[in-house]
Amino acid sequence: MTDTHAWLPPAILLTSLVPGVVIFFLGEQRHVLRTSLNLAGAMAKVILVAMMVWGVFHDRSYAWSVTLLPGLTLTFRADAMAAMFASLSTVLWLVTTIYAVGYLEGSPHRSRFFGFFSLCVTSTMGVALAGNLFTFFVCYELLTASTYPLVVHRGTEKALKGGRTYLAYAMSGGVALMVGMIWLQAIAGPVDFREGGSLAQLAVTHRSSLIAIFTLLIIGLGVKAALVPLHGWLPQAMVAPAPVSALLHAVAVVKAGAFGIVRVVYDVYGVHTADALGVKQALLAVAAFTVVYGSARAVFQDDLKKRLAFSTVSQVSYIVMGVAMVGATSTIGGIVHLVHQGIMKITLFLCAGNLAESLHVHAVSEMDGAGRLMPLTMGAFSVAALGMIGVPPAAGFISKWYLGLGALESGDAWVIGVLAASSLLNAVYFLPILYAAWFREPSAELAAARAAHAAEAPWALLGPPLATAAMTLLAGLFAGSPFSPLSWAALIAAREY
Amino acid sequence: MSDAVLLGAPVLLPLAAAVLAFAGGDRLRRGVTVALCAGLALAAALLAGAAWNRGVITHHVGGWLPPLGILLRADGLAVLMVIMNTAVGIAVSVFAAGYFGGHDEGHAAGPHGRTALFWPVWFMLWGALNALFLSGDVFNLYVTLELVGLSGVALISLAGTKAWPAAMRYLFVSLLASLSYLLGTALLYGQFGVLDLAGLGRAMADVPAARAAAALMFVGLAAKTALVPLHAWLPPAHAGAPAPVSAVLSALVIKGSFYLFLRLWFQVFPVLTPAVLAQAVGLFGSAAILWGSALALRQSRLKMVVAYSTVAQVGYLFLLFPLATGAAASVAPLAIAFHAVSHACAKAAMFMAAGGLMLAYGTDDIRALRGAAVQASAPALAFAIGAMVLIGLPPGGNFTAKWLLLSASIDTGQWWWIPVIAAGTLLASGYLFRVLTVFMESSGSAAPASAPRVSLAAPALVLAVAALLLALAAPAVTGVLERAPAVGLPALAGGPS
Repeated sequence: MTDTHAWLPPAILLTSLVPGVVIFFLGEQRHVLRTSLNLAGAMAKVILVAMMVWGVFHDRSYAWSVTLLPGLTLTFRADAMAAMFASLSTVLWLVTTIYAVGYLEGSPHRSRFFGFFSLCVTSTMGVALAGNLFTFFVCYELLTASTYPLVVHRGTEKALKGGRTYLAYAMSGGVALMVGMIWLQAIAGPVDFREGGSLAQLAVTHRSSLIAIFTLLIIGLGVKAALVPLHGWLPQAMVAPAPVSALLHAVAVVKAGAFGIVRVVYDVYGVHTADALGVKQALLAVAAFTVVYGSARAVFQDDLKKRLAFSTVSQVSYIVMGVAMVGATSTIGGIVHLVHQGIMKITLFLCAGNLAESLHVHAVSEMDGAGRLMPLTMGAFSVAALGMIGVPPAAGFISKWYLGLGALESGDAWVIGVLAASSLLNAVYFLPILYAAWFREPSAELAAARAAHAAEAPWALLGPPLATAAMTLLAGLFAGSPFSPLSWAALIAAREY
Repeated sequence: MSDAVLLGAPVLLPLAAAVLAFAGGDRLRRGVTVALCAGLALAAALLAGAAWNRGVITHHVGGWLPPLGILLRADGLAVLMVIMNTAVGIAVSVFAAGYFGGHDEGHAAGPHGRTALFWPVWFMLWGALNALFLSGDVFNLYVTLELVGLSGVALISLAGTKAWPAAMRYLFVSLLASLSYLLGTALLYGQFGVLDLAGLGRAMADVPAARAAAALMFVGLAAKTALVPLHAWLPPAHAGAPAPVSAVLSALVIKGSFYLFLRLWFQVFPVLTPAVLAQAVGLFGSAAILWGSALALRQSRLKMVVAYSTVAQVGYLFLLFPLATGAAASVAPLAIAFHAVSHACAKAAMFMAAGGLMLAYGTDDIRALRGAAVQASAPALAFAIGAMVLIGLPPGGNFTAKWLLLSASIDTGQWWWIPVIAAGTLLASGYLFRVLTVFMESSGSAAPASAPRVSLAAPALVLAVAALLLALAAPAVTGVLERAPAVGLPALAGGPS
C-alpha cells in the first residue's frame, strides 16, 4: 500500500497540460504537429490511466501531494472512484479529440481551441484525481475557466450569450462551493476524501451546520450537474461546436458536477451520516424531480441539440438518484450510470454534429429519411437512443435495472415510478426521431445535400460515434466481465459500505 | 555582506540611476536601465536570502540610534514587498522601453523630450518605494511617502495636457494626505519624543494628542490608498496616465500607503484601535469592494475598468483589520502578502495589456476591441489571465487571500463579511468577463493598425502567469514570514493544523 508510483497522478495531468500549453504557441498552420501532439498526449494518458486502473484493482494506492499552507494541501490520488471517472474521461477525450480534429478541419482559431480543449481535460483529470475537497475545488474552478472560451468559440452573438449564461451559473456555483468548503474546513479541519466519509462524529455535535454546508456544496456542484433549478445554462450552451457539446455533456462538465456529488455524499459525509442528517432524502427528491422535468421538457424541443441537452439534464440526475438512495445496489446503479450516460450521450452529440455537418440538419422536424442517407451515423444514434430509453442489452438498461432494484432495497419504491415515467418520456422524445429517420422519405433538399458528398461523413467524424455506440452495446452485453463499468461500480460500492 | 549594503542597495541603486538617467543621453539611459534591473534583482535576492537565513535585519544609518537616526529594517513582510516592487518594476521597465521607444512619431504619448523624463522620475519612485518598505521610523516614512506621491504626479503628467486635470487632482489629494500624515507625526513626536515605530508602539498611550495623530495619519493614508469614499481621484489619474505609469501606480504606489497604514495599525496604535474601529474600517473596505465593482461594470473604456477594479481590490486589503483578531490573527501578514503581491502582478499585467491593445487599436474604447482575442492575442491573453487572478480563481494569489479572509470570517464568527466577499467575486467576474466577452466576439471591427509587439506583451504575460501560480509559492511565503516575522504584526500560527 505504499506510494511507489507517486509520479503517476501528476504524470496523468501533464499528458494533457503540456500539449495544451505548447499548442497555444503553435501557428495556425501547424496542423500536423498540433494533431500529433494532441493524439500523443491522449494516447499517453490512456496508457497511464490503464496502469493506474490495474494498480487500483490490485489495491495499490497512488498519491502525490504538496502542502501550500496549513490546511491547504494539493493532493492527487487514485482510488477506485477516481480510476473510474479518469478512465471514462480519458477514453472519451481520445475519441473527442479525433472527432474534433476532423470537425474543425479548416476552421479558424484551431490553436486556441485545442489549447483550451487540453486545459479543459487537464482540469477534469484533476477533478477525478483530487484527493481532498480543496484540490477538487481548484480543478473544478479551472474547469469553468477553461470551458468558457470553448463555449464562446464561434464568437457569434448567440455563442456569447450562451457563454454569459454559463459563466453566471458556474461562477455563482463556485462561490457557494467555496463558502461551503471553507465552512466545513472550519468545523472539521482539512477534508480528505475517504471511503466511508469522515464526518460521523461531527454529525452529532454540528447537525444544523452540516446540513447547511451540505446544501451549499450541493448547490455548487448541482450547477454543473444541471440539477433543476440550476440547469438553465445547459440548454443554452448547446450553441457550442459539437466536440464542445461532447465535453460539456459527457466528458467533463456535467460529469464533474455529478462526480462531485458522489464524492461529497460518499467520501466526505459518508452514506450513513448523510442519511442520518436527512439530507439524502432531500437530494433524492430534487434528483427525481429533475429526472422527470428534464425528460418532459425534452419532448417539446424541436432543435435536436436542445432536445439532447434536456435529455442530459434528466439523465445526469439518474446518477444523483442512485447516490441519494441508501444501499449498495442503488450506489452501483448511480455510479455505473456515470459511465453509461457518458458513452451514450457522447454518441448522440457526435451524431448530431455529423447530421449538421453533412445534411445541415439541426431540428428534429428536418430529420425525415436521415437514416437512409446516413445509415452509419443514424445507426450509432439509434443504438445510443435505445440505450437511453433503457432497452436491453444496451448500457442504459443495466443502469436502470440496478437503480430499480436499489429503490426496492432502500425502501424508496416510488422511485420505480419515476424511472418508468422517465423511460416512457425518453421513448416519447427518441422514438419519433428514429421513426422519422428510418421510415420516412427524405426530402429532395436533404437528398441533394447528401448527394454532394461521396461518403456520408469523413472517417474522423464517423469512427468516434461508431466506437462509442459499440461501447454502449459492449458495456451492456459484457456487464458481468471483470473490468466492465458495472463490475468496477460494484467494486466501488463494496469499498464504500 | 554588511547590513548597510544589504538594506541600502535597494534604495540607493535606483536613486543613483535616476541621476545618471537624467544627466545622460539615450544610450547611457538604456545601459543604466539594464544595469539597474540586474542590480535590483540581485539586491532583492541577497536581502531575501539574508532574511531567510538570519531573520529580521536592522540597520541604523550612520550609526545613529533612535530617536535621532534613520532606522532601516527588513522583516519578512518588507522583504516580500521589496521582491514585489522589484519584480513588477523590472517588468514595467521592459514594457516601458518598448512602449515609449517604439512609437515616438506615432501615438499620443507626446514629444520625445517628455517621455525621456519618464526614466529618471520612475527610478526615483522605484527607490522611494523600496525606502518606504524598509524604513522603520515615521518621519523617514513621511519623506518616502512624499517622494512617491510627487514622482507619481510627475509621471501622470507625462501623458500630456489632457491628463493634467487628473494629475492636478492627484497632486492635491496627495499633498493634503501627506500633510495630514505629517501633522500626525509632529503630534506624536511632541507627545512621546520618539519617531521609530517600535519606540512609539512601546510608548503609546490613550491621550488626546495620540488620538488626533492616529486619526490624521489613518485618514491621510486611506486617502492615498483610495479607500472609498476617498477614491474619486484614482480612476482618472490611473486611467489617464501612460500605460507603464498606470501599471506602477495601481500595482505598487497604493501598496506603499496601505503598507504604512498596516504598520501603524499593528505596531504603533494597537491601544487606540478598538474592535469597533476595526469594524468601521472593514465597512469602508466592503463599501469599496461593492461600489468600486459596481462602477467598474459601467465603464466604457478598458483602462477605466481596470482602474475601478483597483478601487474594489483595495477594499479586500482593509477587510484584514476586523478579521485579524483572536484565533485568526495570523491571517494579517499572510493575507496582505498574498493579496498585495498577487494584485500587484495581475494589475500591472492588465494595465500593460491594456496599453498594448491601445497601441494596436489606437483607442481603449471597449466596443472597439471586438475580436482582440484573435487580432491581438498576446495582450488579450495576458489580460484574461490577470482577470482570472483578480476574480479570485484558484490557484491565483488573490484566491489564497480570499480563502484566508473567508476562513478568518468563519473562525471569528464574523459571518457578515462572507456575503461581501462572495458578491465581490461575482461582481468582478461580471465586469471582467464583460470585457473578455468582447475580446472573444468574432470580429466586426477593423483589424488593428499595427499588430502588438511581443516585447510589449511578454512582460505582461510573465507577470500574469506569476500571479496565477502564486498559491503554489505559499511555502516560500510562509517560510520567510516565519523566519523573519513581520515586526509588530501577529505571528503566524505555527505548524500545520
